[in-house]
Amino acid sequence: MTLQHYLVISAILFTLGIFAVLTRRNAISILMGIELILNSCNLNFAAFSRFMTPPEDISGQVIAIFGIVLAAAEAAVFLAIILAIYREFGSIRPNEVDTLKG
Amino acid sequence: MQPLSNIESLLYFSPELLLVIFAVAVILVDLGVKNRESATVAYLSLIGVGCVFVAVLLTHGQLGDKDSISLFLGMIRLDAFSIFFKILLLLATAATILFSLRSEELDARLKGEYYALLLAITLGMFLMASSTNLLMIFISLETVSLTSYILAGFLTHNPRSSEAAFKYITYGAVASGTMLFGLSLLFGMTGTGDLGQISTALTELLASGEIYSLTVLIAIIFVLAGVGYKIASVPFHMWSPDVYEGAPIPITAFLSVASKSAGFALFIRFFYSGFGSSEVMQSVDWTLMLAIVSALTMTVGNLAALPQQNVKRLLAYSSIAHGGYLLMGGVLLTSEGIGAILFYLVVYLFMNLGAFYVVVLIANEEGSEMVEGYRGLASRAPLVAGAMAIFLFSLTGIPPFAGFFGKWLLFAAVLEQGYYWLAFVGLLNSVVSLYYYARIVKAMYLESADEETTPASFSTGTFALLSVFVIPTILIGFINIFYTFSNISVSVIPMQ
Repeated sequence: MTLQHYLVISAILFTLGIFAVLTRRNAISILMGIELILNSCNLNFAAFSRFMTPPEDISGQVIAIFGIVLAAAEAAVFLAIILAIYREFGSIRPNEVDTLKG
Repeated sequence: MQPLSNIESLLYFSPELLLVIFAVAVILVDLGVKNRESATVAYLSLIGVGCVFVAVLLTHGQLGDKDSISLFLGMIRLDAFSIFFKILLLLATAATILFSLRSEELDARLKGEYYALLLAITLGMFLMASSTNLLMIFISLETVSLTSYILAGFLTHNPRSSEAAFKYITYGAVASGTMLFGLSLLFGMTGTGDLGQISTALTELLASGEIYSLTVLIAIIFVLAGVGYKIASVPFHMWSPDVYEGAPIPITAFLSVASKSAGFALFIRFFYSGFGSSEVMQSVDWTLMLAIVSALTMTVGNLAALPQQNVKRLLAYSSIAHGGYLLMGGVLLTSEGIGAILFYLVVYLFMNLGAFYVVVLIANEEGSEMVEGYRGLASRAPLVAGAMAIFLFSLTGIPPFAGFFGKWLLFAAVLEQGYYWLAFVGLLNSVVSLYYYARIVKAMYLESADEETTPASFSTGTFALLSVFVIPTILIGFINIFYTFSNISVSVIPMQ
């Protein structure tokens, strides 16, 4: 496995994530798309850290670990907001949540 | 100068530590408060902001005649630039706490959490203004974002507030994910997270032809997605009108001023320390890109504001437009341009917070956020109407109010660098903006309310707070101190 393999996988993950966010009609699927985006970034950091920096420098891997923590925090807040949306609108489909516009 | 170790850094970290202490204290005290209507926690957090303000001034003293001190092994930096933003952010936080005290929207049961979150978001913004490392930049940005999602959705049992939070987090999470991808590319190209080292590494790598300028351009665009969403610039502005309309009014005021200021702090430090060297500029001309983004942002903001009937939404679009004016200063690699941004942020703080305070007052009085609610305000509450007119004219940029001087500096900086078309677009936009600001003034002075209403009565405290915003809006333009302060703060940013 070379660096290119990792980068191609992470680019595919990132694109899939953006695609999911743009096309999915369910808030949970959008959240999954966002998780894909964040994971592609973590993969990038870990791969760059392994191939591009000296072995004793692990700053890239540290960033990846912080990325995982922040993704978890974001998922928690997102799910809480989805719950609030469900209570108010009885639906978690973004196109039915549309009282604000103009 | 060598970065200080973690233990040594704590000496210079007192404002942030105090914010954490007060955030925890607010939650603990709230547990003991029996009467849900009491304002104990609000006053406690105000005291907290006051203590932090003193601490920030003390760190300025500690800085002495040094340009900057690098803390926590190079993660954050204490310099005049970060101190400038810390003071600006504290003013915004204090104003937001005072607005929240007077706002009747908020749920009394959740006061403790509300004020603790306000202090936490201030902490995140402090870090945004001082980070010099990719990791710290991302963590501080996420701290601010996550907290603001919660605050935007803080009105439980209000569908509009929940919807605002939902739209905010969907846009925000994608934008910050995209930014993280850009940061990972930067890290991959340079092998370091430190902004200063990134700048040197990019310069060398581009000179030796080891990396393509296209890769750098992609990384810059991805990073711009995250920063652009924070300052609500086109094309990442879509969230802002909905969020500003749905969120509680004090939070809308806070987001439109503090969040934007912190975003600009991050933007300036990132782009000028990271991509500011002339080699990077030669191969990747990101200033032209910024000029186009800036022109689009003000045009979209102003045109979309024209038909708005909801004052909160109107001010949201106006705030997008002001983001465009501010970006105009960022197009230039001169200290005049950045100095003009900082000065305009001070002016914008006072006039925009003032306008939102009037919106809070009218919402309490009339229960309405629509332009119709302002009809005949001049006869019912002449002082409030007069103050609102001053804020709106200042936002338009009409002399002799502060907004005029702020815009004048921005335009002067742009013209000096020969971006004539950008200054022309900005000028046209100012004219367009007069139309929708004047619509509110017209409703207040020339139209009369539909039914006969009693004269509105406001307390002395209200007028005192209002004058805190009116007086600077009138006077700042004539006082040199803020402008000098803005320029001193700029001089410390490393620019090659």
